[in-house]
Amino acid sequence: MKITFPHMGHIEFLLKDLFTRLDVDFIIPPPNSTETIKLGVRHAPELACYPLKVTLGNFIEGLEKGADTLIMAGGVGPCRFGYYAETQRRILKQLGYSFEMIRVEPPAAHPIQFIKSFKRVAPKKKIREIWKAIKVSFSKAQVMDFIEKKVLAIRPFEVNKGETTKTKKKAIKLLDQAFLESEIEKAKEEALNLLDSIPQDKEKPFLKIGLVGEFYLLLEPFVNFDLEELLGNMDIYLERGVYLTDWIGPSSKNPVMGVSNEEIAQAAFPYLSHFVGGEGRQTVGHTIIFAYQGFDGVIHLMPFTCMPELIAKSILPKISQDLDFPILTLVFDEQTGKAGLITRIEAFVELLISRRRKGLSPKRLIKIAYRGDSLELTGWKRR
Amino acid sequence: MTTVGIPRGLLYYKYYPLWSTFLENLGIQVVTSPSTNKKIFLRGLNTAESEVCLPVKVFYGHVLELKDQVDFLFIPRIVSVEGKAYTCPKFLGLPDMIKAVENTLPPILNPTFNAKKGIREYYLTFYNLGRKFTQNSIKIAQAFLKARKAQSTFNRNLLKGELLSDILEGGKAPNQDNWSGLRVGLAGHPYNIFDSYVSLNLIKKLKEKEVKIVTGESVPHRRIEKETKHLPKKLFWTYEKEVVGSILYWLKEKVVDGIVYLLSFACGPDSLIQVLIEDESKKFGMPLMPLTIDEHSGEAGLVTRLEAFLDMLARRKRRK
Ligand code: SF4
Ligand code: SF4
Repeated sequence: MKITFPHMGHIEFLLKDLFTRLDVDFIIPPPNSTETIKLGVRHAPELACYPLKVTLGNFIEGLEKGADTLIMAGGVGPCRFGYYAETQRRILKQLGYSFEMIRVEPPAAHPIQFIKSFKRVAPKKKIREIWKAIKVSFSKAQVMDFIEKKVLAIRPFEVNKGETTKTKKKAIKLLDQAFLESEIEKAKEEALNLLDSIPQDKEKPFLKIGLVGEFYLLLEPFVNFDLEELLGNMDIYLERGVYLTDWIGPSSKNPVMGVSNEEIAQAAFPYLSHFVGGEGRQTVGHTIIFAYQGFDGVIHLMPFTCMPELIAKSILPKISQDLDFPILTLVFDEQTGKAGLITRIEAFVELLISRRRKGLSPKRLIKIAYRGDSLELTGWKRR
Repeated sequence: MTTVGIPRGLLYYKYYPLWSTFLENLGIQVVTSPSTNKKIFLRGLNTAESEVCLPVKVFYGHVLELKDQVDFLFIPRIVSVEGKAYTCPKFLGLPDMIKAVENTLPPILNPTFNAKKGIREYYLTFYNLGRKFTQNSIKIAQAFLKARKAQSTFNRNLLKGELLSDILEGGKAPNQDNWSGLRVGLAGHPYNIFDSYVSLNLIKKLKEKEVKIVTGESVPHRRIEKETKHLPKKLFWTYEKEVVGSILYWLKEKVVDGIVYLLSFACGPDSLIQVLIEDESKKFGMPLMPLTIDEHSGEAGLVTRLEAFLDMLARRKRRK
């Protein structure tokens, strides 16, 4: 058995680590490229969501490299993600590939199927061993998330351009080599220290932008054109609304992000009082939290035709108006070009800067937010 | 008298008898928007986000059409209708989407129907809705029972094969009991199929071509469950399950000679289900014509494609 999986942010590190622990043979598909996207787009339904297309491309490239087993997350709706694996299975079978698809259902909804799917991945391992391996790999991935989060906070202040990105690579390497739990602990400390030692100029003027939206787009730099680095290099302090281990993790407290799902739901309530699948409610709620926390603006990423984000997109203009808070929605699909995207981002950043000049500083924004009639914004700490 | 507006779009096509009977029996005057016309269509298009699926855009149009005529708008949030599955994310967020876009709306009644929470919650939802208009619990209970009865009569007529649009809009159903001509399965969401403006008069065209139209509404719930039970991955959208289940039933029982599958541009669930439907139809050798409609679709193009498809079906039938 040779197993392969789709790319998404640093999920590669997580799965590589996990399969090594489980003694499973695996193939990492070639990194995302325009070729990957082309392959996925060619064989997926035209109006399927963008992440389905790109990950289909990963599977094709993995199969071409000799994989015979695919692993993919499942789901119970209401958004399309839960049906990706089955749709991709059918498409790939029609294309004539022979393989087995292992669908990993979310443990909360299908605990037995969840374990079963990993039993299929590693038939020789005991359930206890599998569970242990998942836990350790997960903790490692969580460290990775903390590294990513820290990088976002440091990059705008770096004295030497590009140093943060370079140091991040070093930090990831440190972590990647750690295997035992004690080693992971140590690597975590070293990696975070390494990042802390980057010379920073805290006096630099900077903008604060929150990133919200659909998780795949937020996590996968290839499809979002390295948005985080791009913005960081423009001296923008960033916080992101989704982290991998928060997303797959068992708790709703979101330890990496630091804002719990309950808080998000509360914040969203006046505008969106029900969950709508995917990250729709997170997008709405987190945008309001960012506004409250004194950010200059929010950038919202959504794949073309994404249902939950489209609901959010329909609501965001009202929030923007009520709170006098700039929000930029960027829609991505295979036709999105980098140049056009950069132009829009630059215009948005210009707007934020001019607002600062006019004295519409984030502090005042908070006051305006307080005046909003239906908002009850108490409970978040101001930074 | 208090007036409540029910926009003629989306789940109106599924539950209108239930909703309207309930409200009317509380002494409310129910107002529905007229059938979709150019004005409604364009207003919806101009108001909704451009990437929204066509039927939701049309729904916006109906809301705008109604908003100045009524005291309340009835836009329920329908999360789940059977416990095991959801509807579509859009139905979960619909009232919020509508509220965000228009500042001059009358108050919106948006009871949440979530079958995942059990039958008690279902009664309670109606009860709480009724309490907004009367303190008389018995009256609410009676209204509810009448509403249920109206809905089951409606459902029964659909199962007999009557077309939804004929029932709701009072069209005439031709007698096709011993039909020997072509039978075409018309699959898709009722709010697309039975909205003649949106579907570019598809039903009328098929009727003119002397074919018997069979829709998913006539397939019993039991069969749908049976056919979809063995899919490798359970469908977690009730309405897509109905579409897939009825198609699988038609395939197995050879109920129809061919299938026209109507999907709307930017429909999330359909974009994936399409793969399943095409895959299964191919396995059974059943001719299938997927028809994607969007705001730019023209009738002429539709007619050409439809005629070619029907000709093909007729040729196949003669050969047999
Ligand atoms: S969140 Fe959006 S892009 Fe992701 S699966 Fe759901 S509909 Fe598709
Ligand atoms: S099922 Fe499709 S057409 Fe219906 S509301 Fe959802 S996305 Fe729109």
